[in-house]
Amino acid sequence: MSLQRSDVENIAHLARLAVNDVELDAVAADLSTILQLVEQMNVVDTTGVVPMAHPLQMSQRLRPDEVSETDQRDRFQTIAPATEKGLYLVPKVIE
Amino acid sequence: MHWETVIGLEIHAQLATRSKIFSGASTAFGAEPNTQACGVDLGLPGVLPVLNREAVVMAIRFAAAIGAQLQRRSIFARKNYFYPDLPKGYQISQFELPIVGNGSVEIMLADGEQRQIGVTRAHLEEDAGKSLHEDFHGLTGIDLNRAGTPLLEIVSEPDMRSASEAVAYARKIHQIVRYIGICDGNMQEGSFRVDANVSVRPQGEGLGTRAELKNINSFRFLERAINFEAERQIDLLESGGKVVQETRLYDPDRDETRSMRSKEEANDYRYFPDPDLLPVELDDAFVAAALAAMPELPDPRRARFSEEYALTQSEALQLTASRELADYYEALVREAGDARLAVNWVTGELAAALNRSGIEVTQSPISAERLGGLLRRISDSTISGKIAKQVFESMWGGSDSAEEIIESQGLRQITDADAIEGIVAHVVEANLQQVEAYRQADQNRRAKMLGFFVGQVMKLSKGKANPQQVNELLRKKLTQ
Repeated sequence: MSLQRSDVENIAHLARLAVNDVELDAVAADLSTILQLVEQMNVVDTTGVVPMAHPLQMSQRLRPDEVSETDQRDRFQTIAPATEKGLYLVPKVIE
Repeated sequence: MHWETVIGLEIHAQLATRSKIFSGASTAFGAEPNTQACGVDLGLPGVLPVLNREAVVMAIRFAAAIGAQLQRRSIFARKNYFYPDLPKGYQISQFELPIVGNGSVEIMLADGEQRQIGVTRAHLEEDAGKSLHEDFHGLTGIDLNRAGTPLLEIVSEPDMRSASEAVAYARKIHQIVRYIGICDGNMQEGSFRVDANVSVRPQGEGLGTRAELKNINSFRFLERAINFEAERQIDLLESGGKVVQETRLYDPDRDETRSMRSKEEANDYRYFPDPDLLPVELDDAFVAAALAAMPELPDPRRARFSEEYALTQSEALQLTASRELADYYEALVREAGDARLAVNWVTGELAAALNRSGIEVTQSPISAERLGGLLRRISDSTISGKIAKQVFESMWGGSDSAEEIIESQGLRQITDADAIEGIVAHVVEANLQQVEAYRQADQNRRAKMLGFFVGQVMKLSKGKANPQQVNELLRKKLTQ
């Protein structure tokens, strides 16, 4: 499977990555090579193999349902570009 | 053409944990903005999510409640999209292996017919924050207190064929999550949110294109939104148009649905397993412990109520509508020792008084214990049912027991035959004309006229004369 420029543009947009015109062809070629490797692996018969969800052979640890965090809003908001009345301010988004 | 509406619901139930699904920040409602959003919720670099045990326990309880397959191994995935109320750029959800698999619930329709509605799956995920579009000088304000709150998303099969079936199903899920104590069900606060997938098709044909309805925060609006949307789609198709697959917002003020700005890209969430979280594996001991404190579920409890307390279908249905009401009733039966009297009072005086005050049974100023004290005084004929209502009013407004009110207001029923006879004699003498008319009248008219005399006696006795005795004595006296 090989990717077209338009595929790369679309993926880059979804990931909010700025890929300029000059880079597009090279990125498309690189990604296509990676997909070729995936195709090669797809040939292997994996019948009966449980798909891996995580490289570690462990299961998820659980924490007790307790409130352990305190309010640190003021500290967090020192790095925010804009705040008001305790809210983070962002460019207008409305559906 | 005969059109059929096809509806599937996605319900987001906010799980009633103290802390968030992946962090130790509080989930309490109504806090100052961003005071309950910690580093994990904000997606700061270097933080790692750790799964809340209680959220898993609650999902296990839900699986059991709807007879669903519990997946002993489930995984978390990242659902990628950009929106300012989602700081990480992805929502942690479950995709390929959700914790709750196939199940079903039974709904009862208005005509008493029962229907099985399939639940495709239910999965754990984190909630997003809140965007406030009020005036912040052309900017949007973001409150991330809700970010990371645990949700159980319950996805139904497209099994419903009318708005009323959809409402019955949503109510059933609402009842179940509240019974098993995993969600407070508060729709105003957004603890229980319903999205509806609605499509129409000519009867018997394949599925039509669906629209997803959002922003529905009451059962009434759910019904109205679905009805409006089905009509809209039918009108569109009948006039030669096509339904577009899209998300539509329900506007309760105008009672209509309208298209949300269609996203320029189709939903492409690029799910993949979250490398920060390991697979969740549940062993027998964990599952058994999670289910140890399961309460009796609404359907079996309704059946037991019918049987054990000799209730009608509709009484049993009403009393088991919520676990709190069912608990109240059972406590009252234990106190009063009379299941029939108890149901009459719970569905009568108590329900009316709660309704008037706009409160739930849990907030009732009269506990089951206190009401039991009143019902015992009816059973042993200390007071009549009518006087009991008066005592009930006094109890509602104060803290005295029924006993204390009966004594202090001198409401004890007069059962002394001599005393009643005295009053009866007095009434007869004071109304000789009516007595004469009664004696001239036939049986039928007499029955009606008797009410007048009973009324006079009750008035004179301030309602305290035993009604059976009054009736008996009057009949005797009037025909002498």
